[in-house]
Amino acid sequence: MTLTINKDAYDEMTRHAEDTFPYECVGFFYGVDDGKKREVLVAREVKNVKKGDQRRRFEVDPYDYFHAEKFAEKNGLTLLGIYHSHPNHPAIPSEHDLKQAVPYFSYIIISVIDGKTDKVTSWQLNLDTDQFDEEAIKINEFDKV
Amino acid sequence: MAKVIIPTPLRKFTNNQASIDANGGTVKESIVSIADQFPELKKHIFEENGEIRKFVRIYLGDEDINVLDKENTKVSGESVISIIPAIAGGSL
Repeated sequence: MTLTINKDAYDEMTRHAEDTFPYECVGFFYGVDDGKKREVLVAREVKNVKKGDQRRRFEVDPYDYFHAEKFAEKNGLTLLGIYHSHPNHPAIPSEHDLKQAVPYFSYIIISVIDGKTDKVTSWQLNLDTDQFDEEAIKINEFDKV
Repeated sequence: MAKVIIPTPLRKFTNNQASIDANGGTVKESIVSIADQFPELKKHIFEENGEIRKFVRIYLGDEDINVLDKENTKVSGESVISIIPAIAGGSL
């Protein structure tokens, strides 16, 4: 399935990734999923609470996840996934990303090289192989919230 | 009977139901109850030894059960239990 991303949400995620460089950023994104099409309408950053080296790791406070689900419910949206950045590193999921991946979510990875967005990819956990499958991304310029 | 809120990633295992009524007088009994109703949830919530996975957090209302009586925290008919997947990762 192609992940369509509203341009504003895409810009929000890449801006957050660049502003946070050289550290990893993290956030949630929300939208609609009718089983045939998955579309990101809103991206919202959360704090990276990982203790230690945030240049190579991120962690979300469970309380922020709790509120992300509430935000989705309150706004009639679906919590579609998580974005995070890989500073000076390719936009390819790591073993660490895979270890804590959950079903259904799209995982957007933003590679930021020297402070500028280099590549954006998205991945979903394949429950048959327990590996990530890459999903195509389409940026939608016209679909505003 | 408490209500258990299913996180979005696990709703594919509950016929897309976002909340499920659970039997049991404690958090653990409630979670077991919904896993019995939807067995595909089990591997995503429990370790093989029956303990709740370390990658899963449980809230009662808006409090982490780790600051309450953990899995043995008592629940009532008004209780709302939320299952929360731990979200983490990184480039290396």
